[in-house]
Amino acid sequence: MSLDEQPNPSPQPTAPALTSFVAEAAPAGPEGEPSVIRRYLQTRGSGGLADRVFAGLMLLCGLSIFAIVLFILWILIDRSKLSLAQFGFHFFLRSAWDPVSGDFGALPFIFGTLATSLLALAMAVPLAIGVAVFLSELCPAKLRAPISFLTELLAAIPSVVYGLWAVFVLVPIMRDQLGPVLYQYLGWTGFFEGYNFGEGLLTASIILAIMILPIISSITRDIMLAVPISQREAVLALGATRWEMIRTGVLRNARIGIVGAVILGLGRALGETMAVTMVIGNHPVISKSLFAPGYTLASVIANEFTEATGDMYLSALIEIGLALFLVTIVVNAIARALVWAVTRGTPARVH
Amino acid sequence: MENVRRIELVDVRQAASLGAREKQVKLKWIAAVLTVVMAGVAGAQNINAAGATFPYPIYNRWFTEYAQAHPNVHINYQSIGSGGGVQQTSEGTVDFGASDMPVADEKIAAAKVKFWNLPTVLGAVVPVYNIPGVSQTLNFSGDVLADIYLGKIKMWNDPRIAKDNPGVNLPAKGILPVYRSDGSGTTFIYTDYLSKVSPEWASKVGKNTSVQWPAGIGQKGNEGVAGMVRQTPGAIGYVELIYALQNKIDYGAVKSKDGKFLKGTPEGATAAAASAAKAMTTDFRVSITNAPGADAYPISSFTYMLIPVRFADPAKGKAMKDFLGWMLAHGESEASGMGYAALPKPVADKVALAINKIQ
Repeated sequence: MSLDEQPNPSPQPTAPALTSFVAEAAPAGPEGEPSVIRRYLQTRGSGGLADRVFAGLMLLCGLSIFAIVLFILWILIDRSKLSLAQFGFHFFLRSAWDPVSGDFGALPFIFGTLATSLLALAMAVPLAIGVAVFLSELCPAKLRAPISFLTELLAAIPSVVYGLWAVFVLVPIMRDQLGPVLYQYLGWTGFFEGYNFGEGLLTASIILAIMILPIISSITRDIMLAVPISQREAVLALGATRWEMIRTGVLRNARIGIVGAVILGLGRALGETMAVTMVIGNHPVISKSLFAPGYTLASVIANEFTEATGDMYLSALIEIGLALFLVTIVVNAIARALVWAVTRGTPARVH
Repeated sequence: MENVRRIELVDVRQAASLGAREKQVKLKWIAAVLTVVMAGVAGAQNINAAGATFPYPIYNRWFTEYAQAHPNVHINYQSIGSGGGVQQTSEGTVDFGASDMPVADEKIAAAKVKFWNLPTVLGAVVPVYNIPGVSQTLNFSGDVLADIYLGKIKMWNDPRIAKDNPGVNLPAKGILPVYRSDGSGTTFIYTDYLSKVSPEWASKVGKNTSVQWPAGIGQKGNEGVAGMVRQTPGAIGYVELIYALQNKIDYGAVKSKDGKFLKGTPEGATAAAASAAKAMTTDFRVSITNAPGADAYPISSFTYMLIPVRFADPAKGKAMKDFLGWMLAHGESEASGMGYAALPKPVADKVALAINKIQ
């Protein structure tokens, strides 16, 4: 206003200018007065700049995930150039691992990683869902808190402690009690053949199953508790039994979340290093028998990286890291595709 | 609502300012401590080193004792493994390194910083086993050990094992060979020995910190191998002599080059080094496994410090030379008490000559 006055000091009275200012500020107000909310907002500034800065910042946070993943991928590829050049993509399909002659391949390690993780899932998922169903639907109130607490405690135990427990407790049980029984009754399948020393793929899978059980069960429980009570009541009101109510009212509604929990568990199983190294036998072979020793991608890196002599050896170990990265991505992608295929366009149904 | 929020805000602000004050106090403390430390260190020589884990206990003791006697020299040693030690020494990121095995010619040729392999102490590797019903010390020939690890000798009552152990009632029990899954100097020494006594091992497997094991299962560390052997009937493994001595694990005897069955001892390793010293030049990168000599324990090896030929900082070079001289004069005598074997006199003399050439 004063800026206007200076170059052109017109004899305009000040009063009409004031009214026009008010009219401009609240053009649509039929009462002539801006609302309380609008006045409050005006004191907070226009907000245009702040909004844009905020949006930009959040975009940056979101993009940082891409940046981190790409950076890891770039480093892995860059550092494994030597081995990539030597073996190409056949690296992932070769089963040699000979540091003496410099002949490397990742297949036995990929096999060991996938076999132990999937077996662990097969054991842990039914048990975890059972625990979650019991906790959220059937558990007497007195028992609920201690069981929940213990489940979360299991999730907090460091993996080296699981490994030690496995070495001193699980391995002898596998060797002397469980192994012989499996051989006697299921030996004909060919999965329980050969000499059983207590260590091997099966023992590693069992310890992995115990480790991922609390993750899957506690997330599943939370998801099931998030299903509205009205769903349960509605199903019960239609005359369903308790089991029918859980199956159609709860599990069906929670299934996408449960799959998410399973994927999280799978992620931990794929990358678990210490506990697996201690009981898997660390021998890179591909065997049908679950008593046979195996080796995982994460274990071989942890075992051999510090004393790796020679550039090709180091490069091959980093390419093993690349293989683990790719296996994780592929397995996750398959799991998500599966979820998408199964749940596409199917709302919660009762039948 | 507004009031409540304001009170909260005030609280938060107070807490923040309190936190800030605490931080300031902390920072002042840190600054004070730093200045004291800096003042103490001014004029002192800081030497950084990294490498093998096997000699870490004795190196650590040497460096601590040396720092007590010479307060102006601090040697910081990080036991990151031999591979890392070689790499960091050749790139010059540490002042010197350490490795359990001699560094190969091509690695030395490719290194930015030229360095020598100077032996410091010796270690030995011993076989451990768990056979139900057998309490006697077993004897092993080199070729038998190789064939066990090749998976060719599968049972404990194999006639070739029985031949070396007359009078021992060996059971018909399967053998489980246990090896180190982590890359280690111990594995290098053991496979170096097996390569010398078995042509088949040399051609099929070879020697390295990790190899492609034809049979058996892998365990992490000496403790992993010893633990697995202890709790698995029928298992055989190999561990460092030090580890077996410290944990009072009984171990087997191995046939020496002269045909005698010897149990591993620090003295046996020193004897092996002494017999190899005759053929030694100024290059210390020699294998002393299966060395001749009446008392020479066959699975022995040097562990090395990787010392640059020329230090960029002459004061640092001087400090390093002084330390190495002290090590030969005083440090070596502490070795056998800690389970390591001291260098024999002829080798120590040759090392002293090499130290003099450091610039």
